[in-house]
Amino acid sequence: MPKYKAIIEVKFKPGVLDPQGETIKNALLNLNYSGINSVSTGKLFKVELEAKTIKEAKATAESIADKLLANTVIENFTVEIEK
Amino acid sequence: MKFGVVVFPGSNCDYDAYHAIKTTGLGDVAYLWHQEHSVNDCDVVILPGGFSYGDYLRSGAIARFSPIMQAVIKFAKKGGTVIGICNGFQILLEAGLLPGAMRKNVNLRFVCKDVYLKVLNHDSRFTRNCDKSILRVPIAHAEGNYFADAETLAELYETNRIVFKYCDKDGTITNSANPNGALDNIAGIINKEGNVLGMMPHPERACELVLGSSDGRDVFESIVGSMNYEKA
Repeated sequence: MPKYKAIIEVKFKPGVLDPQGETIKNALLNLNYSGINSVSTGKLFKVELEAKTIKEAKATAESIADKLLANTVIENFTVEIEK
Repeated sequence: MKFGVVVFPGSNCDYDAYHAIKTTGLGDVAYLWHQEHSVNDCDVVILPGGFSYGDYLRSGAIARFSPIMQAVIKFAKKGGTVIGICNGFQILLEAGLLPGAMRKNVNLRFVCKDVYLKVLNHDSRFTRNCDKSILRVPIAHAEGNYFADAETLAELYETNRIVFKYCDKDGTITNSANPNGALDNIAGIINKEGNVLGMMPHPERACELVLGSSDGRDVFESIVGSMNYEKA
């Protein structure tokens, strides 16, 4: 079976408070970086998987992200598939 | 009447809950191991505090898929009484038995202290015997910053499902009494049917005066009272 690598990015939905992002932003300002408008945090997952087609790999990765990796009450996710 | 305390790898308030039920004499109590597929003969399930599965991914995210949780979900859907405390609340949210989600505390710290809780609903299965309207109970968590979207929040208010809010010692709900940034100071909610409660504070750690407060006992007494009330 062909092997694929899924890159799954999980981010807070717009409007959901990201206390870590806020704290990092303040730290950057304290380090005298100017023009920092916002910092947001998220998670990146790399999943190596086998699937018949790239389409099937993507569907599996999306299912994994939806079911487990992201809490869709507060988070969105994106999925990219690499060969 | 029998309480079942679920034990996940990483639970650390399981014995506190077990001890609370034993010392108050409110019922029998047994542990339910996370690999079990049934809640056995338990009338009430307690999901205790701790760091189930190391809090990996998100608090409660892995625990919700454990075998025992499938049994707890079935039990709850049939109307069984379930109380999730701290990590237990986080698991109930992840399992979809309660609406909303938890974020990291707004100050990014683990907060461990006594707080005051305003009882907003005295009619629930979990608060029926709360004589006081302000309870003093400890909290100990890093992710208790409750979030729900505007629609869910409105529904929680309309259906009187916000059971506890953080308040000051006089019962006033203020920003400074909010220990974690939770939306509208929310500390505990129930589901639509009223048989599932999630709360961040630890009533099981406040069941004996020697521990500084026995206010938490009211929650467990309410559960027992409600079971008898509903049977009658």
